[in-house]
Amino acid sequence: MIKIKIRKKLSKKNYLLLAITAFVVLIAAWTIASVTGSIDAIFLPNPTKVLNYYVEAIKDGSLLENTSISLYRILLGFILAVILGIPVGILMGTFQKVEAVVRPLCEFIRYMPVPAFVPLIMVWVGIGENAKITVIFIGTFFQLVLMVADDALSVPDDLINAGYTLGTSTTQTIFKIIIPAMLPRLMETLRMMIGWAWTYLVSAELVAANSGLGYTILKSQRFLATDAIFGGIILIGILGLLTDRLFAFVNKKLFHWSESAH
Amino acid sequence: MSLFKKRNILPVRDSHIEANLANSKIYAKNIKKIYHSTKGDTLAMNNVNINVLENEFVCIVGPSGCGKSTLLRMVAGLDEISDGEIIIRDHAIIGPGADRGMVFQSYTLFPWMTVGDNIKFGLKLRKIPAKEQEEIVDKYLKVIKLEKFKNSYPKELSGGMKQRVAIARALANSPEVLLMDEPFSALDPQTKADMQLLMRQIWQVEKPTVLFVTHDIEEAVFLSSKIYVLTSRPGTVKKEVPVFLPYNRDLSLKDTENFINLRKEVNALIDHSSI
Ligand SMILES: Nc1ncnc2c1ncn2[C@@H]1O[C@H](COP(=O)(O)OP(=O)(O)OP(=O)(O)O)[C@@H](O)[C@H]1O
Ligand SMILES: [Mg+2]
Repeated sequence: MIKIKIRKKLSKKNYLLLAITAFVVLIAAWTIASVTGSIDAIFLPNPTKVLNYYVEAIKDGSLLENTSISLYRILLGFILAVILGIPVGILMGTFQKVEAVVRPLCEFIRYMPVPAFVPLIMVWVGIGENAKITVIFIGTFFQLVLMVADDALSVPDDLINAGYTLGTSTTQTIFKIIIPAMLPRLMETLRMMIGWAWTYLVSAELVAANSGLGYTILKSQRFLATDAIFGGIILIGILGLLTDRLFAFVNKKLFHWSESAH
Repeated sequence: MSLFKKRNILPVRDSHIEANLANSKIYAKNIKKIYHSTKGDTLAMNNVNINVLENEFVCIVGPSGCGKSTLLRMVAGLDEISDGEIIIRDHAIIGPGADRGMVFQSYTLFPWMTVGDNIKFGLKLRKIPAKEQEEIVDKYLKVIKLEKFKNSYPKELSGGMKQRVAIARALANSPEVLLMDEPFSALDPQTKADMQLLMRQIWQVEKPTVLFVTHDIEEAVFLSSKIYVLTSRPGTVKKEVPVFLPYNRDLSLKDTENFINLRKEVNALIDHSSI
């Protein structure tokens, strides 16, 4: 047994065990704090009340309805950002001419706080579905372009040169070398971006909606229904975690060849 | 096919005749390379003249930073020539192409493709019939003794195996010349010696025209039929040394007197003062 602790490998079982313990401790602490009454129920609802809220919301169908409308918005906004952002990012990471045009613009816009765009977007596209999709789009697009460009730039020069010396043209180099080589990193980027999309979804629904999970949270605040607020926040967390795990799983299956895959 | 088209539209060069008479594959004349940067210009090499004949194995040695890689990249069409010209058989260089295969110091196998598909990559680009592609892949897998790894991914290979596949991938494309930039320098001494022997054997059988850069003098003497020794920066050819050693070589050659003398002779030519 040698005594090295830094970056020591942990078995999969123990890893999972510790992860579950962390959740159990959190929920236990919450339960104790609320059941003993040391924190007022207005601030911290009893876990059973949150569970009750879920049961009620599932019964009257509002949970499913709000979740699906939120998922719909996220998917549409995200897919739009991905469809437009990936080609722009790849071109930017491949041709400096494109980078010179696009990078400064993106760097500038991405520092603008997305929630501040919400009123403007309402003026531009109204308060319909398009408004929420636009918020998610604006929130993710510029960041995505920059990150995809970095993914493209991360492809080693000599991999591209190897392609050239085997006879690839410029177009072939992009499609047969750069894109396949960057795919694992690109998918990791998408995995991160969908997390951001959830954040912007809530920004959008807090202000300009009358349905969706964000809206449910806001509405509950008016009635001081902390159980519903908790329920909404936790549900978003779970959905985020699920999408993240799904991405991680697909990436691992798809990119088994990747040198960095573990 | 496209190679022929490219060749036909190229302007006629005076140097054609000179180069063709000598049966030359790479003819570099008065090469100058200046790197421009914000700190000012760097003269990396000046007045470099090199002539690689058909089927020759030519090594370039020289102190670190003398421009060996730069020269190879210019031949490959990956770097701009500041002055002078390089002619490949009978045409000037207008960029990289399949006629100049290259093996790099870093590992450059495409990690998403199997070993077989890596070797097949250039053949597919050239739209060689599928059956022929398979035959060529199998042939070169045999040459590099990795038949069992046809369906493996690069991450399952050792460094030496990766470089062997890289050599096969370049050779499978039947280039006019094979350019190699310190392909074995990242390998351990044992693997390196094995690779040198394999490389020599491949050359004796397949007869590619090779331009090989190394800073390992022993490697250069063992492999080549001719060595160009470059001076330190700005690099220029100090001497062209013919390697008069037996044609059939194995590692025991390294212990013979002739080999050791030649190695010492080349070593004495290298400018060691730069460090
Ligand atoms: N992109 C660049 N910008 C500026 N200077 C460069 C650049 N690339 C190379 N050089 C300079 O040109 C000279 C030749 O470089 P090169 O890499 O060809 O040397 P080398 O002989 O291959 O060296 P080594 O044996 O270390 O590989 C070096 O002095 C280097 O500093
Ligand atoms: Mg070098």
